[in-house]
Amino acid sequence: MARHALWRLLGLIPTLLMLITIAFFLMRVAPGGPFDSEMLLPADIQANLNAKYHLDESLLQQYFRYLSQIAVLDFGPSIQYKDWTVNELIGQGMPVSLTIGLAAMVLAFFMGTVLGITAALRQNTRVDYSLMGVAMLGISIPNFVIAPILILILAVYAGWLPAGGWDWSIASMVLPVVTLSLPVTAYIARLTRGSMIEVMHSNFIRSARAKGLPESVVIRRHVLRPALLPVISFLGPATAGMISGSVIIERVFSIPGLGSYFVQGALNRDYTLVMGVVIFYGVLIILLNFLVDLIYAWLNPKVRYDNKR
Amino acid sequence: MTTNADHPVIDPFAAALSVSHIKGRSPWQDAWHRLLKNRAAVYSAFIMAAMLLMVVFGPMLISWEPDFTDWDYTSTPPSLASGHWLGTDAVGRDLLVRTLTGGRISLMVGLVATLVSLLIGVSYGAIAGYFGGTADRIMMRMVDIIYALPFIFFVILLMVVFGRHILLIFVAIGAINWLDMARIVRGQTLSLKNTEYVEAAKACGVSDWNIIRRHITPNLLGVVIVYVTLTIPQVILVESFLSFLGLGVQEPMSSWGALVSDGAQDMESAPWTLIVPSVFLTVTLYCFNFIGDGLRDALDPKDHL
Amino acid sequence: MALLEVKNLDVGFDTPEGEVHAVNHLDFSLEAGEALALVGESGSGKTQTVMAILGLLAENGHVSGQALFKGKDLLQLNTSELNQHRGNEIEMIFQDPMTSLNPYLRLDKQMIEVVRHHRGLKKAEAIAKAVEILRALHIPDPSRIIRQFPHELSGGMRQKVMVAMGLLSEPELLIADEPTAALDVTVQVQVTHLMGALRENSNAAIMLISHDLGIVAGLCERVLVMYAGEAVECGSVEQIYYDPKHPYTQGLLNSIPRLDQPDEKGLKAIPGNPPNLLNLPGGCKFRDRCPKAFDACSEKPPMQADEDGHAYRCFLGIPA
Repeated sequence: MARHALWRLLGLIPTLLMLITIAFFLMRVAPGGPFDSEMLLPADIQANLNAKYHLDESLLQQYFRYLSQIAVLDFGPSIQYKDWTVNELIGQGMPVSLTIGLAAMVLAFFMGTVLGITAALRQNTRVDYSLMGVAMLGISIPNFVIAPILILILAVYAGWLPAGGWDWSIASMVLPVVTLSLPVTAYIARLTRGSMIEVMHSNFIRSARAKGLPESVVIRRHVLRPALLPVISFLGPATAGMISGSVIIERVFSIPGLGSYFVQGALNRDYTLVMGVVIFYGVLIILLNFLVDLIYAWLNPKVRYDNKR
Repeated sequence: MTTNADHPVIDPFAAALSVSHIKGRSPWQDAWHRLLKNRAAVYSAFIMAAMLLMVVFGPMLISWEPDFTDWDYTSTPPSLASGHWLGTDAVGRDLLVRTLTGGRISLMVGLVATLVSLLIGVSYGAIAGYFGGTADRIMMRMVDIIYALPFIFFVILLMVVFGRHILLIFVAIGAINWLDMARIVRGQTLSLKNTEYVEAAKACGVSDWNIIRRHITPNLLGVVIVYVTLTIPQVILVESFLSFLGLGVQEPMSSWGALVSDGAQDMESAPWTLIVPSVFLTVTLYCFNFIGDGLRDALDPKDHL
Repeated sequence: MALLEVKNLDVGFDTPEGEVHAVNHLDFSLEAGEALALVGESGSGKTQTVMAILGLLAENGHVSGQALFKGKDLLQLNTSELNQHRGNEIEMIFQDPMTSLNPYLRLDKQMIEVVRHHRGLKKAEAIAKAVEILRALHIPDPSRIIRQFPHELSGGMRQKVMVAMGLLSEPELLIADEPTAALDVTVQVQVTHLMGALRENSNAAIMLISHDLGIVAGLCERVLVMYAGEAVECGSVEQIYYDPKHPYTQGLLNSIPRLDQPDEKGLKAIPGNPPNLLNLPGGCKFRDRCPKAFDACSEKPPMQADEDGHAYRCFLGIPA
């Protein structure tokens, strides 16, 4: 199994390369450079700046220079925030975004599976219908709709929570984490419910019941593991979705995370910063998908042993 | 070795085969009945139809223009007296008519971008599935690679880089969502290609083109319909994401996402400017999701989600 | 008192096209230590009878009547009461081992859970017992096999594992649904042998559902022939095989190709098809295919029995 894992890891490199290449050329193809919005600079200062950031070289040269830089994890200086390197900026924004993301993921997984299991065990009752109706709402309401509404109710009218900002206090974490996790929670709830129902209709569950085992044992020992497999698989795309969602969440709640840096960087043509963030997130998604694949293979004996052969 | 003359078994068997008292149902009829039983999907369909009518014909029936600023009534809450049934925004523009015209854009983007998605996804998937082998492996590997990329970032980059032209929006958003469609279509084509009835058709000498036309396409149709219905809300969502960030359609065009963004600015003083477009947007997405879900359950009841 | 007594069992399923009557007014009984075979074609209701008794019907199914196990009506029990008997005194071996075994659990875990739950055996003891039975079924290297997953075994081995699971807790009543279907002849013999041994050692009763009249003859004393959800003939193996009274049973036995009668031409099938369970005809359900049908058959024939306990549902032989 270790060899299989290594092989999969290697297979991720093309993905990473493609990520970097697309982002790089997209940014550079843009009309306008990073210094256009500043006051009109005298020609020789422009030339100096361009040389400093290697913008005078050909595009291909810049590309390979960049690749060699990232290979040693040097993302270069930020063009927009002149005193900072991209590594430092990422270092600042990452803990914030990661905390919110991780907390949201954990919340989504547990809430989602619990709700889904509850609905499945009470299939076709009012509990089931209302839970699934709410879940569908969770999937349908965009997070930029729910966020302002929650802020309005909980922060402005009730005053229980801050309306934005980030100071590492629990209070400031609640709204962003909950809002970020909502669509994923809802999706996981629906997925879990559907999966459980399908498993509960299998022949091997009938066998388990014929053995006279109490229903709780049947659910715990025979139903849960196969039922949760699709949820585990979903965690990969779920993370990517959450990362996308975080861009909005950070904007609405004024959180200084990577998403904010990205949007600002994109608007200001801060090439290095944008690339840095894109690559960082890209690597994160790729690694996470890889991890999820491993966990899935471990949990699903059919996959595990087919690979051994 | 049986000959035509002596058939003590086959003849009476064949005679008894005319069980005409059993009325069969085609899979499409079955699916239709199942769909009709799904009340959520049916109600959603009615609501969607109403929404479409409102969005298309509403603005023609309302006296206000979407960009007319009524200085007598800025930031007024919904009231019948002012003539602005759903209120106005900060510069006195009628919210109802803005929401309806915004709806036109949102829905149009939804449909067109989905079409783009459909065209790319179905062709890609069908080709990969039908030809199989190395071509399929390479094509699917590419899909895997692209799937792992954080797409929203690229779309944002595209918008920033190339400006907010509406055609670009159609293409960019469509380009994100084709991956799922391609995967599904490829899977379906692969399994259809290997079914026994296709094999039988080939053995009888039916041409490739006719096989595609008569056996593969009708079976793809079901799956494609489901995914189209599910893609539309996703696409509308992405568009409103972009608009919310200020990267979507340009003024004077407005979409629901932009309206929500504007409303969020004024939400403390004029909460209706947030609530109205939010409700329209949410209801649309909600209904499409139910319809898509209902279609999926109707066409393949074992495919629970 | 009979170990299992089924009275007037009716099993139906609600479908969009109407109600499917799978089992109609079924009566039979089974004594302790007796082996009864349920014989009939696909769709005759054999499996659904057993599913109904064990409370394993699909959601759209309903059952009425009585199924008295040691005097207690199983159909009236709720799930937890039923669970005291299922897997305990009554064990079932299902038909399709690939889907009836949990693909996500190792075999040892699946095999021993019954015997640990109902008999309180410790894990090591239970595994040892399971390994022993597997060895008796001629499975090579059973202690290694038992640590594997179902999909790693061949079809025949899986079926043996299913049978072993059924025998493990030494039930009083063993219900086996086509236990030898996927097996080759030598393995069939081993399995039948083991089931027979169970009977001798613990006086277990066996209810065998099978198409295979050879296996039935090898293991069972009594046979119940079912058609369209009804019992049409019941008797000892000798009575049924050598003196079938119901025309369906006769047709069934006739259709078996025989090597000892060389001047036969072609296969002798029973002409026609079984009736549509959505829309059962009145009167004798076999009438349309019966070569000996006559006017009286439009009424429902009673079950008539002779002194030896040989019963059949037909008007033939009744003095007019």
